[in-house]
Amino acid sequence: MSVDAEDVRRAAKLARIAVKTEELEPLAAELNGILTWIEQLNEVDVEGVEPLTTPNVADARQRPDVVTDGNIQEKILMNAPETREGFFVVPKVVE
Amino acid sequence: MTDLTKLTLAEARDGLRRKDFRAVELTEAHNAAVAGAKALNAYVHPTPESALAMAEAADARLSEGEAPDLCGLPIGVKDLFAVEGVPTQAASRILEGFLPPYDSTVTAKLRAAGAVFLGKLNMDEFAMGSSNETSVYGPAISPWRRKGETKPLTPGGSSGGSSAAVSADLALAALGTDTGGSIRQPAALTGIVGLKPTYGRVSRWGVVAFASSLDQAGPMTKTVRDAAIFLKAFAGFDPKDSTSAEISVPDYEAALGGSIRGKRIGIPKEYRVDGLSGEVQSLWDHGALKLREAGAELVEVSLPHTKYALAAYYIVAPAEASSNLARYDGVRYGRRAKLAQGDGIADLYEKTRAEGFGREVRRRVMIGAYALSAGFYDAYYLRAQKVRALIKRDFDEAFKQVDAILTPTTPSPAFGLGEKTNDPVAMYLEDVFTVPVNLAGLPAVSLPAGLAQQGTPLGLQLIGRPFDESGLLALAEVLERDSEFSAKPARWW
Repeated sequence: MSVDAEDVRRAAKLARIAVKTEELEPLAAELNGILTWIEQLNEVDVEGVEPLTTPNVADARQRPDVVTDGNIQEKILMNAPETREGFFVVPKVVE
Repeated sequence: MTDLTKLTLAEARDGLRRKDFRAVELTEAHNAAVAGAKALNAYVHPTPESALAMAEAADARLSEGEAPDLCGLPIGVKDLFAVEGVPTQAASRILEGFLPPYDSTVTAKLRAAGAVFLGKLNMDEFAMGSSNETSVYGPAISPWRRKGETKPLTPGGSSGGSSAAVSADLALAALGTDTGGSIRQPAALTGIVGLKPTYGRVSRWGVVAFASSLDQAGPMTKTVRDAAIFLKAFAGFDPKDSTSAEISVPDYEAALGGSIRGKRIGIPKEYRVDGLSGEVQSLWDHGALKLREAGAELVEVSLPHTKYALAAYYIVAPAEASSNLARYDGVRYGRRAKLAQGDGIADLYEKTRAEGFGREVRRRVMIGAYALSAGFYDAYYLRAQKVRALIKRDFDEAFKQVDAILTPTTPSPAFGLGEKTNDPVAMYLEDVFTVPVNLAGLPAVSLPAGLAQQGTPLGLQLIGRPFDESGLLALAEVLERDSEFSAKPARWW
């Protein structure tokens, strides 16, 4: 599998990272270098092997479904780049 | 009076109790050392005033009698841990100005124990790197230099500020985190002890997430005993971390000094990789011999999938990172890009992330998004997870025969800044011996083994069974006693 500029554009879009057109080719070359090295995983026989998502974890615990905090609007907003009247501010989303 | 920054954590703890000195004096000595070591770029947000206030409170508590071990002991904190009211940026531009309104569980426990926080330590951006060169603050510099040279060397990464600080006596101990070797590799390259606990041993709550199935916080210290003392103070179950293990924390220090007679130590043949330097090989052989002389039995073991660990890691870790780092959207915290007239919400995300993330982070987030995308998920992500299962199975098999496994920590000693930055794969190979441990969720400790011909430290790694940090530390102490490693970098900064 070889990555081209179009694949990079797609990956950048999925990752929500702006990439300039002139950066697409060099990035494709970089990613190809890494992904070609990763292709060695194709040598491994993984027939019948269950994928491992996380180690040493017993069955996920359940906790009581109760409110444990709240009334911290000020703390939640204190690091926001832009707020107004107790809300986060973003560019207009709906016309 | 002796230089208080030269003490170990254990010596300082005992000295405070004998009233040889006060916590305030200990902290003042460290604040001065930090202020005099700007050339190392280890501390990126020093907090000398709050450190003094914490030390005063610790003195009061100590004078009342019973106080926890860590009370009054000055430590450094990697920039990945949320510390209430102190800038916490994960060495990234995208978290510029972020002031957490809370403490991570680890720092909350240390705060409650009376530890003194000297400041935040440099690291690779979001812990993605092996040389501390991807940091928005610029690289931390190793206090070590090659014999007869002044060229700046890496203190390792990603916990490079932590390793530089401990080896240059700018903290009695430091917190690090390890996703693929980020505690052990920097510890090895700077001649200190670094322990990556078992996955689930230490709470990840409030630690900026990189790859959630691999990340663990751990101690970086001057001695094995210090690692035992420090780890005990912040390990343990935390209901806020759903992967935290409900297993009680033993007294690690009490486990030190026992006999290792009859312990079986595995030597994995697959770790004799191409490119392993002769001096690393001979230190490894020497370490094995010393364990045998102390009564342990050496057993050759096989970890057949070792050579695929790095490639599996470089799918699993970026995939998890691309998901974790989705939260940096320029809306709720951190930096927001300047927008042009008519820019919409997607432009806000894309521009913020393009300018907020550095090159290595952008690269990994894109690889992760690519590996998880429709059409490639099975070929990359699912396959990598299956290889991960095989790597864990290798260790499970080996631990049927042995109690611990001895390997080198890194294939070679510290390299110069800039020597590997243009070749990502060469940089990734730094972690060839450490990454398999994270994939399998095991505990491992790196300890100084000697000096390379170039005059800088090399480390050995002991890998243990899940939750057997005690056994590992006991073995490590035997090696430490034998190596009598006492080399310190000559001060040039």
